[in-house]
Amino acid sequence: MKFVTAIIKPFKLDEVREALSEIGVQGITVTEVKGFGRQKGHTELYRGAEYVIDFLPKVKLEVAVSDKILKKVVGAIAKSAATGKIGDGKIFVMSLDEVQRIRTGETGEDAL
Amino acid sequence: MTKLFSKFSLTGLMGLLMMGFSHIAMSEEMAAVVEEVATINSGDTAWMIMATILVLIMAIPGLALFYGGLVRSKNMLSVLMQVFVTFSLMSVIWVVFGYSLAFTEGPYNDYVGGFSAAFLNGITGDTVSGSIPEYVFVTFQLTFFALTPALIVGAFAERIKFSSLLVFLTGWALLVYAPICHMVWGGGIISQMGAIDFAGGTVVHINAGIAALVGAIVLGKRIGYGKESMAPHNLPFTMIGASLLWAGWFGFNVGSELAADGTAGLVMINTQVATAAAVLGWIAMEWIAKGKPSMLGGASGAIAGLVAITPACAVVGPMGAIVLGVIASIIAYWAVTSLKVALGYDDALDVFGIHGVAGIVGALGLAVLMAPQFGGAGFDDGVTMMSQFIVQAKSIGITIVWCGVISYVLFKIIDATIGLRVSEEDERTGLDSTSHGETAYRS
Repeated sequence: MKFVTAIIKPFKLDEVREALSEIGVQGITVTEVKGFGRQKGHTELYRGAEYVIDFLPKVKLEVAVSDKILKKVVGAIAKSAATGKIGDGKIFVMSLDEVQRIRTGETGEDAL
Repeated sequence: MTKLFSKFSLTGLMGLLMMGFSHIAMSEEMAAVVEEVATINSGDTAWMIMATILVLIMAIPGLALFYGGLVRSKNMLSVLMQVFVTFSLMSVIWVVFGYSLAFTEGPYNDYVGGFSAAFLNGITGDTVSGSIPEYVFVTFQLTFFALTPALIVGAFAERIKFSSLLVFLTGWALLVYAPICHMVWGGGIISQMGAIDFAGGTVVHINAGIAALVGAIVLGKRIGYGKESMAPHNLPFTMIGASLLWAGWFGFNVGSELAADGTAGLVMINTQVATAAAVLGWIAMEWIAKGKPSMLGGASGAIAGLVAITPACAVVGPMGAIVLGVIASIIAYWAVTSLKVALGYDDALDVFGIHGVAGIVGALGLAVLMAPQFGGAGFDDGVTMMSQFIVQAKSIGITIVWCGVISYVLFKIIDATIGLRVSEEDERTGLDSTSHGETAYRS
């Protein structure tokens, strides 16, 4: 099992969600986050006072998947979240030791 | 009382002249004025009651929201409170001493009135002021007295101790506002010089702006000023506040005619077009200088235009008002973006940069733009553009010195006794929870 974390542009969330549903992903978790990468920040001006906005708003989505659909999941996120412009985000893949569905007590891939 | 309101009788006279009574002989004119003074005009009274409520809306919620949106979210309620409570406190002080000091005759009549109308002594429902009940006049002037100290709040937002704020503004209202109001509108030296301040450019805006500048310097900068982000937390509130100020300002300016007449119409169109032109002027400056026109710039420009037209609105024409609005917004823009940075004071919400500077531009600019060739009302006999300009400059000078010195002394006394600023820890945490025990926003 793998745990996939993706940082994407907020307005791309719906497209990513649809792409993941199409390949059979059963659930994702979404958080509104801020951060910076190569895109860096921008400046805002208030009556001449200039503030550098270092951290830009992004969406972090987390999904736990079985090894056999991992490639499809990463590919779907990469495709649907892409604009080709700087700041599209990143995808991190980590190995996942255990999963348990709280209601039924199922574990492993059955719980995904 | 009629002598005290010579300005208002004069404007009433002008109204009569505009209505086509210019052929009436001098003695008949005087008789007409005396008759107007003696009776209540229901149209004028109805308008003045509405105008008074419009000025109230300028302050709360207009000014409160305009300022509130500009501070950080941890200080939102503190600014709303400062404006709300100042407005309430001043209302009570006005009827106790303020009105009497501003509008009665006293032993030092060139500078301040007396105590004959303290506690509104001698005023009843039957007392008449001009063509309206005196209680209506008292309440209308009350809103000016209550709004002006609330304007100053913006200079020391986010760091002043609430109790010290109330003590300072109480002293300031009685020792600065009431005398300056008396000097300009109550028969004191500024009106004797022939200075023109129709609706309060000097009394309200330059006065508040100077006190704000002194306050910002004496209090010092906010912790983290210039290093940490102090960006406005809610510009939509600021836009709503600016719009309420704009609408309410019709009560302020048009109401200052104290009648529903031809001059009131002139004041109305001037107030609208000067403000609109100032919005365009300010955002044009931003667009040219920084590449992007901003909502905050639009709101700031509106206030600069409203301030600048305030003293001038009954003597310039609509085209002159547009010129005045544009010039005021450009100079105020320069003041808040360059002058403030160069001088290094932290006037948190730019009370001096907008009210003080645009007020000075309006007070001086009217001397030029009231000339008949610019569509203005023209000068009195024996008055030239230059002589009017000099009188305007003198009236500004008197206000700056009087207000500046007394404000400085008041700030220093308060600083030495109860202290002006909250503790560093309280300032960092935010005044909402540390001064008032509540929070504006919960997630």
